[in-house]
Amino acid sequence: MEEMRGVFAGLDFSPLWISLKTGIAATIISFFLGIYAARKTVKATRGMKAILDGILTLPMILPPTVAGFFLLLIFSTRRPVGGFLLEEFDIKVIQSWAGCVVAATVIAFPLMYRNARAAFEQIDVNLIYAARTLGMSEFSIFWKVVIPSAGPGVASGTILTFARALGEYGATSMLAGNIPGKTGTISQKIAMVIQDGDYVTAGVWVFIVMIIAFLIVLVMNLIFGRNMKNVKRW
Amino acid sequence: MSVEVRITKDFGAFKLDIDFKSESKRIGILGASGCGKSLTLKSIAGIEKPDKGRIAVGERTLYDSSKRIILTPQERRCGYLFQNYALFPTMTVAKNIGVGLKCGKTEREERVRNIMKRFGLEGLEKRFPGELSGGQQQRAALARIMVYEPDVILLDEPFSALDVYLKDKMQRECMELLKDYPGIVILVSHSRDEIYRFSEEAMVIDKGRIIVHKPTKELFANPETVEAARLTGCKNILEVIGEDGGKKIIGIRAHEFETVKPLSSDYFTFKVLEPRVTEDLFEYNITFRPAEESEHMLDWKISKYQWDMEHEGMPKEIYLKKEKILLLEQAYFL
Repeated sequence: MEEMRGVFAGLDFSPLWISLKTGIAATIISFFLGIYAARKTVKATRGMKAILDGILTLPMILPPTVAGFFLLLIFSTRRPVGGFLLEEFDIKVIQSWAGCVVAATVIAFPLMYRNARAAFEQIDVNLIYAARTLGMSEFSIFWKVVIPSAGPGVASGTILTFARALGEYGATSMLAGNIPGKTGTISQKIAMVIQDGDYVTAGVWVFIVMIIAFLIVLVMNLIFGRNMKNVKRW
Repeated sequence: MSVEVRITKDFGAFKLDIDFKSESKRIGILGASGCGKSLTLKSIAGIEKPDKGRIAVGERTLYDSSKRIILTPQERRCGYLFQNYALFPTMTVAKNIGVGLKCGKTEREERVRNIMKRFGLEGLEKRFPGELSGGQQQRAALARIMVYEPDVILLDEPFSALDVYLKDKMQRECMELLKDYPGIVILVSHSRDEIYRFSEEAMVIDKGRIIVHKPTKELFANPETVEAARLTGCKNILEVIGEDGGKKIIGIRAHEFETVKPLSSDYFTFKVLEPRVTEDLFEYNITFRPAEESEHMLDWKISKYQWDMEHEGMPKEIYLKKEKILLLEQAYFL
């Protein structure tokens, strides 16, 4: 216990802030991208749907290191896209916080997309037809009819996306590296201290991650739960 | 104001080929499930897109493939009542009704309040659709359509999922609410009673085509084709050899048989052989063979009251006025 207290006192909290920042940024990006992709897919023809769905779900099925490999291929500063971003916009994805966000987004995005899509497909299509005959614009139909009806699915997608983005390790370590205070996330910290045989510090971080994860899921459930009056209890 | 619909759509095995024009304000479309009647309604509303053709309401062209006119459902001013009402489950009743209105907040609230009062929905403003009874849901869905003052209201089998008691009640309510509506109403149904009660003009759709279209009373008096006769509830359809020796298809409604021996000669007489009786609440259904050599069995329905009044036991013969025989044609050869 004494030992734990000592560790807490001397603890560098930067991995916590980096992980939270990354998780939040990746969730926000995935939220809109996932909903957008889900909407496009739901409206696509059958063949197009199968292809789109395959591509969009791939990052979830592949090992994160494979995603990391492709991300390195794209964003390496010696390659066209990475070089272009660096020269024109002074954005460096490799070995930077932006890399953490990109990696976490790519890995967590399919969770958002798949949950949103499943929720959209559950919606009674007559609701959308009815809204159209009532003169509602497609934009307002989407935000006033579709999203609220798909609420539970979108909510669970958001929660899962955040949880996944918070803990991303494989692709992040390849793309962003583990630079303390810059790209060193909690997962990377844990891996690092375990390699050094420092199980106490690792345990402290594991404890912190579990508390955060639980709290966030709880809070989000409560917030979304309030807007779900129409969902009946079993 | 008139409605004009001339559309085709090819689904491969099924072809929709609808062509009608009507000046009537209350139009009924009768057809079995899968005949294309809902598709027709959806095409008018713009939910379904035909391959080609033209749809016009009064002076307004909603769709014309040759002129490349395709109005969106939003622009068509066609209200659509779905069988499940399609009320938005996440919105309150008041929000449901007001959500499509393009006007200021005060005017919207005013209009929603007025229509809710007219439709007997006062006090339910803050309720969600899931908390309403079936009747209230129907009224809310109709109010939502009416507040928007559409040119046409399309009713897509609104009563077919209801039990008998509720069905009658809601049909009456619905007709009452639509009574003062100045626009056109088109009702699609597979129930002849609904069509008979509701419409001034009716048509029968079978396999994607209109086979008969006339004033409702005339349609029921003379359905012209076998398919229409069947859909309007004619139980006895049979092939007979006419006086000229040619084959004819005739229809006899089960209620048209009479049991009291007529004095006039414009009647046919049928024997009642091998009668089998099934008893309903208010009538008897009797299946019988009309002659020894006949291969057909006929259906005859008679109210219990009439049965008790007119005779005791099964009559030996029954009679049918000659003019009650429906001469039918096959709409097409199968």
